[in-house]
Amino acid sequence: MVLELHDICKDYTRGKLTVPVLRDINLTVEEGEYIAIMGPSGSGKTTLMNLIGCLDVPTSGRRILKGEDLDGISDNRMADIRNRQIGFVFQTADLLPGMTALENVALPLTYRGVKKKERLARAKEMLERVGLADRMDHKPNQLSGGQCQRVAIARAMVGNPSLLLADEPTGALDTQSGRQVMELFRNLNEEGVTIIMITHAPEVASCAQKTYLIRDGRIQTGGAV
Amino acid sequence: MFENIGLSIQGIWNHKLRSLLTMLGIIIGIASIIAIVSTIKGTNEQIKEQLIGAGNNVVTVQLCQGSEPYEMQYSSIPGGVPVISEETRAKLANIDGAVDATLYTQRSWTNGLIYHQNSGFSGALRGIDSHYFSVNGYDIYLGRDFSQQDYDGFRKVAILDQSAASGIFPGENPLGQVIEIKKEPFTVIGVVARSSTYEPNISNYEEYVTYLGNDSGAVYIPGVDWPMVCQYDEPQTVDIQAATTDEMTAVGKSAADIINEGLSVGDDSNLTYSSSDVLERAQSLQQLANATNQQLVWIASISLLVGGIGVMNIMLVTVTERTREIGLKKAIGARKGRILWQFLTEAAVLTSLGGIIGVLAGIGMAQVVSRLSGSPTAISVPAILLAVLFSMIIGIVFGLMPAVKAANLNPIEALRRE
Repeated sequence: MVLELHDICKDYTRGKLTVPVLRDINLTVEEGEYIAIMGPSGSGKTTLMNLIGCLDVPTSGRRILKGEDLDGISDNRMADIRNRQIGFVFQTADLLPGMTALENVALPLTYRGVKKKERLARAKEMLERVGLADRMDHKPNQLSGGQCQRVAIARAMVGNPSLLLADEPTGALDTQSGRQVMELFRNLNEEGVTIIMITHAPEVASCAQKTYLIRDGRIQTGGAV
Repeated sequence: MFENIGLSIQGIWNHKLRSLLTMLGIIIGIASIIAIVSTIKGTNEQIKEQLIGAGNNVVTVQLCQGSEPYEMQYSSIPGGVPVISEETRAKLANIDGAVDATLYTQRSWTNGLIYHQNSGFSGALRGIDSHYFSVNGYDIYLGRDFSQQDYDGFRKVAILDQSAASGIFPGENPLGQVIEIKKEPFTVIGVVARSSTYEPNISNYEEYVTYLGNDSGAVYIPGVDWPMVCQYDEPQTVDIQAATTDEMTAVGKSAADIINEGLSVGDDSNLTYSSSDVLERAQSLQQLANATNQQLVWIASISLLVGGIGVMNIMLVTVTERTREIGLKKAIGARKGRILWQFLTEAAVLTSLGGIIGVLAGIGMAQVVSRLSGSPTAISVPAILLAVLFSMIIGIVFGLMPAVKAANLNPIEALRRE
């Protein structure tokens, strides 16, 4: 078991108004699973992703990641968990413009104090895995959208996380680049990487083994689709 | 750490114009401070060199009543002040750190005492011994020095310095001419000038003052002739040459002590020999210069403050601009402290760079001021290090608020921002 969510609720407070965003979410993710989470905008998908990714804390409920209860842990511990257990891929690649692809990929390793030489070696290996060995020294503005997203995936994967979280990773890409990126996710999953992906494209979700539908903060259907 | 610095420098380079404008306040502030400090230091060194050192390091030990010199123009010969013997003079010359000593009697100015034909001379008159010219750094410029025969034979001969020579004999050769001192005819046998190592011609405070104002010069006669024109047994003044500038004060004090042992004056007479502490007076002059310039430094510091606020402003803008980058870094595991350090380093590198440019500009400014006004400058290494350190501290102080703001950004909010 990589991840267990028990009775997760999340409220947002806007002034005096309390808006419930997530209600009684129960979810377990096994090692090596590929899960898609679908739902209309405003349904709470991204909030769920933030809770899983340790960017946010739930109003109530328990989260257990790799056996560690995430209740009441410190800011710094959260940062360390994000660094070691979680790999994020966002809709836009969000690469740092001043750095080369290689340096961007190596960035998470700096936060855990890996020596520069090893950092770059591991980043290079990761870029080869996503098929960008010949683009290592390019700056983001010299790469296409699809290439940037693959660099971002390499950056998410460089630290060998327990969970790869992707929030609409193909949302900003053309069909062909999107297909390449999805192909990459499937390859990674076949190599044993656990993936949770938010999407609203059914053909994207079809790659996953399980799909959950979220509506009004609740999981509607469970199990394999 | 070094990586952060490298990244900061890269960031500054990527935004050249903005960085330069941000640093401008710091540059101007540091540059003015360095320029002012260099000028202060230069002036102080000039004062020290001209006032105290000037090659010969001469301390004057003279009879004083209270704190004022005992002037023979206005007073009769004081009781209990014996004539200083040649043995005592030799003793004074042998004080640790002393090179030589000379005894002389003098009138600092001499209205109505010295005439040539019908025109009077109002400069100084000194009755000297054979050590005087070497101690005070005079060379014979025309004619000859007093000889042993002059001293032994009480010959009525005189030597003039250049001011006196040109004052009494404008456009004439003074050698062989006769001047009247207290109606006694004295033949001019020589003219003395400061030796070339003596530029500018200043060896003590009085001469510095004279140097600035009008100097009517001095007439020298053998000390043995003094009773012919003034009185017997007048109290002498002693000039002692110290080996180094720093020893002047000590040598002057020991000399005064030795001479004072020979005095047999009553306690209420208030008469003592004391050394004119040139070093002390020079220091007070330096302090005066410092005090005025200190205010300039404060004014320049205001521009540093303004510069610091400019840095804070730009850093706040930078944090806002880079919100998404900060969010991303947090998402991939950067701790708060790391974000804080990143921005603090950026601010500190920016202002330190400004400080370094400011130091260079300040040195340049000091050189220009020195060329234009002729005032000397001296580069002060501690001041430069302090300036760079201080600009770094400005970066840290004024960068703190933006850096804290960046570190406390909520990653979710930050990632939502486009």
